[in-house]
Parts: sequence; structure tokens; C-alpha cells
Amino acid sequence: MKTAVFKIWRGDAKGGEFRDYTTEVAEGMVVLDAVHEIQRTQAPDLACRWNCKAGKCGSCSAEVNGMPKLMCMTRLSEVPLEKPVTIEPIKAFPVIKDLVTDVSWNFRVKKKIKPFNPRPPDAPDGTWRMQQEDIDRVQEFRKCIECFLCQDVCHVLRDHQMHDKFIGPRFLIHVAALEMHPLDTEDRIEELRSSQGIGYCNITKCCTKVCPESIQITDNGIIPLKERVVDEFYDPLGWFWKGLKRLLNR
Amino acid sequence: MPHYETFEYDVLVIGAGGAGLRAAIEASAAGVRVGLVCKSLLGKAHTVMAEGGIAAALANVDERDNWKVHFADTMRGGQYVNQWRMVELHAKEAPDRVRELEAWGAVFDRTKDGRILQRHFGGHKYPRLAHVGDRTGLEMIRTLQDHGVHQGIDVHMEHTILSLVKDGDRVVGAFGYERERGRFKIFRAKAIVLATGGIGRAYKITSNSWEYTGDGHALAYDAGAELIDMEFVQFHPTGMVWPPSVMGILVTEGVRGEGGILTNKEGKRFMFDAIPENYRSQTADNEEEGWRYCQGHKDARRPPELLTRDHVSRCIVREIKEGRGSPHGGVFLDISWIKQKLPNAAEHIKRKLPSMYHQFKQLADIDITEQPMEVGPTTHYIMGGVRVDPDTQMTRLPGLFAAGECAAGINGANRLGGNSLSDLLVFGKRAGEFAAKFAKENQHGPVEREKIDTVAREALAPFESRDRESENPYAIQKDLQETMQDLVGIVRHETEMREALERIDKFKSRAEKAAVTGNREYNPGWHTALDLDNLLIVSEAITRAALERKESRGAQFREDYPHKDERFGSVNTIISKAANGSMEIRLEPLPEMPDHLKQVIEENR
Repeated sequence: MKTAVFKIWRGDAKGGEFRDYTTEVAEGMVVLDAVHEIQRTQAPDLACRWNCKAGKCGSCSAEVNGMPKLMCMTRLSEVPLEKPVTIEPIKAFPVIKDLVTDVSWNFRVKKKIKPFNPRPPDAPDGTWRMQQEDIDRVQEFRKCIECFLCQDVCHVLRDHQMHDKFIGPRFLIHVAALEMHPLDTEDRIEELRSSQGIGYCNITKCCTKVCPESIQITDNGIIPLKERVVDEFYDPLGWFWKGLKRLLNR
Repeated sequence: MPHYETFEYDVLVIGAGGAGLRAAIEASAAGVRVGLVCKSLLGKAHTVMAEGGIAAALANVDERDNWKVHFADTMRGGQYVNQWRMVELHAKEAPDRVRELEAWGAVFDRTKDGRILQRHFGGHKYPRLAHVGDRTGLEMIRTLQDHGVHQGIDVHMEHTILSLVKDGDRVVGAFGYERERGRFKIFRAKAIVLATGGIGRAYKITSNSWEYTGDGHALAYDAGAELIDMEFVQFHPTGMVWPPSVMGILVTEGVRGEGGILTNKEGKRFMFDAIPENYRSQTADNEEEGWRYCQGHKDARRPPELLTRDHVSRCIVREIKEGRGSPHGGVFLDISWIKQKLPNAAEHIKRKLPSMYHQFKQLADIDITEQPMEVGPTTHYIMGGVRVDPDTQMTRLPGLFAAGECAAGINGANRLGGNSLSDLLVFGKRAGEFAAKFAKENQHGPVEREKIDTVAREALAPFESRDRESENPYAIQKDLQETMQDLVGIVRHETEMREALERIDKFKSRAEKAAVTGNREYNPGWHTALDLDNLLIVSEAITRAALERKESRGAQFREDYPHKDERFGSVNTIISKAANGSMEIRLEPLPEMPDHLKQVIEENR
């Protein structure tokens, strides 16, 4: 059987190094299979997260040959096996051990975003009516599996470590899904501008490129949100209208 | 004496899939303090994998549907050994639970008049599954998660519970460890809800992830609760069979709901060959009628591909065994043929089954809009589990509740697709509600330190292997999985199952010698070793229950007893731990069904 060499980062918050593991590879294998095989036979304490093994849960995010990937959806036939395959943890978050990182920041960020708040039901039986074409966009955003690969490649988080000023593409898409939900009545535009830091995104579209769900993060989510922020806060004509409305309402 | 960090809650929920999250939300709404412990990160539990939809008689697509039809469908699918009261509650309450998800932000696919769309699924008479393409589970777990995090619930991610803590008969807490540092923790609670999901990792070919090691089943059993119906393990008819590394990954029944057909290597649509008597009047006579059913024609009956999962799995096994299988040991599932019927078939398939399209394209180089898939049965779900009161979900141990897959009763001998997600919601809510009520009526119980220290010492044993024979925990797990797959799988026989019991005994002694390297910090080898005990308990329970039920019914097929036997049609198998620590099994008569429900079944024959 054919073999291949995997250079896997081993270590913890204090530091670490790449270690080489040679293992057999078979037709159809994905990177996660190789990691499991190494775990089973050579390095039982090699830490990695995984669950569904079908690209649906977003647990096994890592960088394979420097590219942010779900290990379960990256087939070995897509990567050159003549040279060692490097596997390392994602970079935007602190390492816990080996391929496992501390992503708890993401859960704290989400908690701060104003939750869904629907309008009163449309029908006496407490239900709503929505047309499919009005929810297609929101459904696209709700495909997100929270693998955080978009957060990993976002230079604002990865290179500039501005986690306290910017919520990252994942949560801009979360806000977009709420803002564009036909039933939602909440207004999240002020926070987008201030505490959530949407202005830091300069639409390099790296997030869109790595999204395993092919969500058009930048074009369909972030840019329309930026437009809403501009309309609300930076449009002089808008200020004038709002002022006038306030006067008339008095 | 070692120091353990201690947390105190009114209600502790173990497991954060659909049932656990729904229970936590409900308990929190009742005004008690709630802790939620989960093995993985929040939102990654197996619910996320559910594809097809949530079964609820909303009657949005077919106005003839109502709770009575759903009740009758579920009882028929379960071959009448279900707990009728759970089936009744489930059928009646599922619609409200689905509507509630919409109020919390879920975005289901819509009908033309803007209501929640419903799709056809196996064993359901009318289109009943509320869905979002083929990613309904993701929608459900994300909705519950995003709603739940604003309800003041304390979430402990990546924690595993090793043992329940008791005071007399009553359960008063739980003891476990966190993965990150490997530290032990005590959770004191007035009431505990088990919502740990299934046991799929006991088998080699499974759609379940590493988490599903029967933890709730084993925790409850060890603490003195009963397990029922453990012989009924659902082998989903359509898992991927190629390439080998993806073997077992689920292919949604939604493919068949949208018109997908099963064929053998001769191109024959074999499901028309063996339609069971009790489904004959509901099944299409010919291919055209089957297609019209999938297109929503109300006068048409379902194609045989949409018969119950137990039956479809057995037909697939028959085709493979008799040499008519596909090249990689499965059969063909073809949705691409609908291009003969629909002008824009490829687009239609991609819209209705996006993740299936993606999954096959990426993992198997198959374009499902052009080529058939190869599929075969995969271990998917266990109908059996912790015995609970149908109304309150409390076990026979005061303060211990269970809901979702780890509880039992609603599904009988076979679960209908789509009934799982609704089960999680209906009984998750009930468990949360009654656990909160119990917590309000009771005080915290004392935690006995000695017992906890024993559990901790045993849990650390795999690190103390220097002077003894040692075993690789991964190797034991693999051997157990192969044993269960080969000897207690879809087709069962007494001789093979006796052999399985002998091997399980040997695995138990091997598990005692399990050894791991490295330290306690995020060490998967150690975690695998600790999960072995639970896997061994559920494997033994499945095997003993399967031996006891000397008949074939639903998911249980006995080669040596190939027919239904009325003597077993009115009993459940009950498993409990005897005083000497051995596993005890007995048969118990089903509770008598009230006349008005018998009548509902008659009316829907």
C-alpha cells in the first residue's frame, strides 16, 4: 500500500513543533482519516476535534498545507503526496493542544448580539406567512456550520488580533441573517458600526474563498450591511429626512 | 484528599443536542438555575446531522393530516410495541413545538401560500416533515442554541460525565471531567436530565460520531434505572459505501422522498418485489403512481422505497447477499432519473438536496444529478434506551430524567424518519418542565466523597500502566465494533449472539488493562479508554435483549425466528443491574391501550 508523510504540529500554549508521521493511504481517504489512523496507531494522545465527518458540523477545522480546511472534506487526492503534508491548528485563536484551539471567544461574541425578535404573528393561530423568495438569502446565511475558517483567514483577526473591536465574518453573517429575516423587528445597525466594527472589514473576500458552505459572505452579507450602516450614519440627505420626520412627529 | 471544582444547579442537563437544549430552555423558563454539559462544542451534537425534517401533523400541505394519523403511522411503524402514551403526546404536541421554533428564528422552506412546507418521508401517510432543504438538523440545533444562550443557562462545553451521584435512590449530582485540562468536576443538582443521544459507536459502520458511546444509557443503568427495547437498533438503509473512509455516512431519506429509486446491478427496481402485508393498501401499484405521490398527487400512494427503514434495509441486504449488489457492496440509489420527468431536474436536485449533492461530489466524485449513488445500511439510531414515565420523562430513580434518543418508548421496534427531531422537541420540553418542577420541590442532596474518589481513581487507571500488561484502547474499540457489526447486526442468530456475549466478556477484561500515553490534557486516547465501559454496557444490553426476543419484528431480524410471534407482540424487554452487578433481563407486558386510541388505529388501517 502507498504511504505518505504527514507533518503535524504537536504542542500547546507554551510552544510546539512539527512532527513527522508516516502512514498508509488508500483510495478516497480524507485528511481526517490520516489523522485518525496516526492517532490509532502512533500517537494516541494527538488532539483534534471532529464529529460528523461529512462537512456538516464544522469541528475539524485546521490548516492543511497552509490552507484553512475542514479535514473531513479534504481528500488526499487533492493534495500532493510526494512531499510531506503539513497539518497545523487554525491561527486566529490560541492553541490548547496540537490541532485544538480555544474558540470560546466566538461563543462570547455571539451572546452579545441582539437575539431574534419577531413581529406579532400574522395569523390568529400564532403562525407567520413568508414567501420562499423572501427567505432564500437568509437561508443561505443560515447554512453556516460555525467552522470559523472565515474567522481564521480574516486579517483583522488573524494578523491584527483585533478581537475586542471586530466580530469577524462569521458574526457579520449572523447579524445579516437576523437583519434580513423577514419577521425580525430588532435594529442592530448602531452596534455594527460601533462595538462590532464592521468598518474594519475592507472586503478582501478571503472569508468567502474559504467558506466550505460557499456562502457569499462578502457580496451577499457584509456589503449590504455596510450599505445599511452608511445609510443610517453617513448619509447627509438621510440626516435631513430624519430631522424633518422628527419635527413633523412632534 | 484531592480538590474538585464544584458547581451547583437546580437542573443539570447532560447533552446539548436537540433534546438537551430544549430541556435546558424549558427548565430555565420555569425560573430555576440550569447547567448544561456537553461532550463537544455547543452546536456540534449529532442533531446537526439530521437531514430530512421534523415530523409534525401541521397539515400545511395535506389538510387530511392530523395527530390521529400521525399516531397511527408511528404505532404501525413501531410494530405496536411502542409506549402508546408517548406516541399520543408526541403526535399531539409536535406541531406546537415546530411553530415554536419558527418563533425563535428558524427559517423553514415555505409553501406557495407562505406557510411551513412539509415533505414526504417513509412510513408517514401524508407529507409531514417540516424541513430546510436537507439540513433541517442544523437549522434546529442552531435555532435552539441561539435562543438558549440568551436564557441564562450555564454551558460547560467539552465535558464528559463519568458517573451519577446518588443519595439513597435519588440522583443528586454528576461527576465528570473537562477535556482541556483533564480536571475532574462535581455537578450538584436537584434534578438531572440525560440527553446524551445514541450508541452508534458500538458498530463498525455507523453514521454516528465519536461521541455516541451510549453514555446516558450506561449512566442510568449503573445508577439503577431500567433500559427497555435495547434489541431495536435502526440500520438506516442508505449510508455511503464508497470510498471506504466515508462508509456509513448518511444519505438522507429525503432523496427517496424527492423521487429517488433503489435499483440493483441488473437495473431492476427491487423494492416492488416484497411489500409487507400491513402496508400493501398504502403502497403504489406501479412506478408511475409512486412518482405521482412524490410530486404531491393526493390520490397516489407511496412508492415502496418509502416503506419503513427496517424493511428497506432488509431488502437491500437481500439484494447484496443474492449477488445483485453494486460494485462496492451496496445497491444503487438514483435521483438523476427524474430528468426524464422534470425539465430542470439538475437544478431541482441541487436545490432540494444541496448537502447530498455536495457530499457525493466532494467525497466520492459522483454528480448525483447525473449518476446513481451507491448505498448500503448503516447503524443510525437506537429505539431502545432509558425507561421513563411517558408524561414526565422521569426514570424510576427520583430526580433522574431522560429525553431524546437515550430515552425509549416512542419508537417501539422501528422509528419513522422525522420522528426523531420531533421526539427531541416534545420530550426535551417535557423533561425540562418536570425536572424543574422536581427541583423546586426538593433540596440538594449530600454528595458522598468516597464514591467520587473511587470513580476518579478508576478513571486515572489507564495512566498507571507501567508494571502491567497493557492494551491500546483504540484496538479494543475496533474489535468491539467489528464484533457487534458481524454478530449482532441486521441479521441475527442465537449462536452468533452467544459468541458475541463471550467476546464482550473478554473485551471487558481487556478494557481493564487499557493504557494511554501522554498527560491528562486533551488526550483522545484517554477519552477513548473511558468511553469503553459505556460501549461495553450497551453492547451487552443490545445482545441480551436481542437474544430474549425470539422473533423478528421491526428492526430486529432473527434468522432463527424469521417471523413475528404474537407472544412477543405484547411485551417489552427490560434490562436492569442486579444486586451482584450482573445484567438482568425480563419481559414485561405492554401497558393496556385505551379504547379510543385502539379505535384511532382501526380507523387508520
